[in-house]
Amino acid sequence: MILHMPLLELTKINKNFGGVQALNDVSLTINEGEIYGLIGPNGAGKTTLFNVITGVYLPNNGRIKFDARSIVGRKPHQVATAGIARTFQNIRLFQNMTVMENVMVGMHAKTSTGSFGAIFNTKSARHEEKMIRTQSMRWLDYVGILTEADNLARNLSYGDQRRLEIARALATRPKLLALDEPAAGMNAIETEELKGLIQTIRTDGVSILLIEHDVKLIMNLCDRVAVLDYGQKIAEDVPQLVRKDPNVIQAYIGGELP
Amino acid sequence: MKHFVQDLWCKFRNNRKALFCGYILLFLALAVLPFLLSNTVGRTWVRILDFALIYAMLALGLNIVVGFAGLLDLGYIAFYAVGAYTWALLASPQFDLHLPFWAILPIGAGMAALFGVLLGAPTLRLRGDYLAIVTLGFGEIIRIFLNNLDHPVNVTNGPIGINKIDPISIGGADLTRTHELLGISFSGVHTYYYVLLALLFMTIVICVRLEKSRIGRAWLAIREDELAAQAMGINTRNVKLLAFALGAMFGGIAGGLFASLQGFVSPESFGLLESIMVLCMVVLGGMGHVYGVLLGAILLTVLPEILRSTASPIQRTLFGDVYIDPEALRMLLFGLALILVMLMRPTGLWPAPKRRTAADPDIAKD
Repeated sequence: MILHMPLLELTKINKNFGGVQALNDVSLTINEGEIYGLIGPNGAGKTTLFNVITGVYLPNNGRIKFDARSIVGRKPHQVATAGIARTFQNIRLFQNMTVMENVMVGMHAKTSTGSFGAIFNTKSARHEEKMIRTQSMRWLDYVGILTEADNLARNLSYGDQRRLEIARALATRPKLLALDEPAAGMNAIETEELKGLIQTIRTDGVSILLIEHDVKLIMNLCDRVAVLDYGQKIAEDVPQLVRKDPNVIQAYIGGELP
Repeated sequence: MKHFVQDLWCKFRNNRKALFCGYILLFLALAVLPFLLSNTVGRTWVRILDFALIYAMLALGLNIVVGFAGLLDLGYIAFYAVGAYTWALLASPQFDLHLPFWAILPIGAGMAALFGVLLGAPTLRLRGDYLAIVTLGFGEIIRIFLNNLDHPVNVTNGPIGINKIDPISIGGADLTRTHELLGISFSGVHTYYYVLLALLFMTIVICVRLEKSRIGRAWLAIREDELAAQAMGINTRNVKLLAFALGAMFGGIAGGLFASLQGFVSPESFGLLESIMVLCMVVLGGMGHVYGVLLGAILLTVLPEILRSTASPIQRTLFGDVYIDPEALRMLLFGLALILVMLMRPTGLWPAPKRRTAADPDIAKD
């Protein structure tokens, strides 16, 4: 399953906010076809790292290579176009648009109709619009919320909103899908379904970066896990070894794992 | 009752024949409307209708910026001014230029779009209230420029304004004159009405098509959540500038038509109150909904005029004298109407159907 071809390589990433060192020489590599977990206590810098990768923050120094190209200094939309899609810790859907439209927006970067095509309703514009619709339906079906297509995003249940965020991210056709706490606020059944979905996505050839507080989910799902603490990577290995790492137990859990 | 009307509306919309007949009826009604007005209440009302159409175009342009892309622009009237002055400078004795309308219309639209991009570019990082303040400043700058560009070189004639602007003329026929066609006499306001109606129709088609397109979805996405829009690969800078440019373009066209209909422009037509008035049309009608905005624009142009002409006679018959000046009453009622609408229908008189469903739990259930 694991191809061991590096897809995303971070080298010595530093990020300061004023005097706070949010990220300190963080290096990590995510391989193609991998589910890579990122855990750490609150305030460890997980979301900061996430934002550095997706171009929301510019790192103070360090290198980021994605798909053999440097993506440091690229804007969020350029990173998205390069093939990294993301979801948000606190769900950020387009609330007043329909579920379908949310996914259709996801296909923006891979389509090209401009204002001219739209105004004159050209043949290619109509053709592309049709393609966008069919593809979007397919993505909704893929995550299992096709029946909600015409509802407003904000009227969805919490779990379905998470699914929609994933569908929207997948619609950008990413090579790497970065999920920021996708199981937050989910019950056990929903988390189990999410786990299945993430595995399906990986099987379909998308690598996954997963930030999560649900340790059980991380341990069950990930091929490798990195642990951040105070902006530093203190461990990185397969889940079975990480959970036994004394540093991790000390810093993150504060004692033996149950 | 509400459901019954909705049911009926749904059935009507899904029936092709009925819809076709509806369009024909609407077309005929719009075609005879100016004659109906000029034969009953007078030609002034056709002129007011002309202005309503110009304002509708203006409001639809602003709706692209405010309603679709969610960028609160308080200086929108500046683009109206740019369009109006472009027309005035290119078709008046001011520089003795008399370009034909088919040349000025695109030039005016282009100039306004250019100014849209120029004024939009520095504001790209701003949102909400901050954006509103900066655009308000820009709007005033344009007006003050027009007011002061009479020296050292006289370009705009300053506060006096530019007079004797050429009307639209097609094939040498001046549209402000009365023409005979098929035994019907069309006066200036009548012919202008048809020209404006045609242009407004085009504006509506363009707005509706844009809204449903990939570009329109990108605008809505930026309105809803800019960061998420970026994460979808949307180049928010370009898409926002496009909204500014297209919105300004319609403002410019409306401005040019205003100048040619009026025959005169001066900076005082482009004050802050005008910007706010157009914004009110958008908000009151239903932000982001093309037909709602249309309704808002027409109501806010026509109703005050009706009030202006009826306030004095009604007072005289009821109380025997005029106690409240119609002008004061107009602003009073306008303010009251605004407050009432915002309290009772916060999404506007005719909001986009999807938003109405969301705001109204009764409808959301079934």
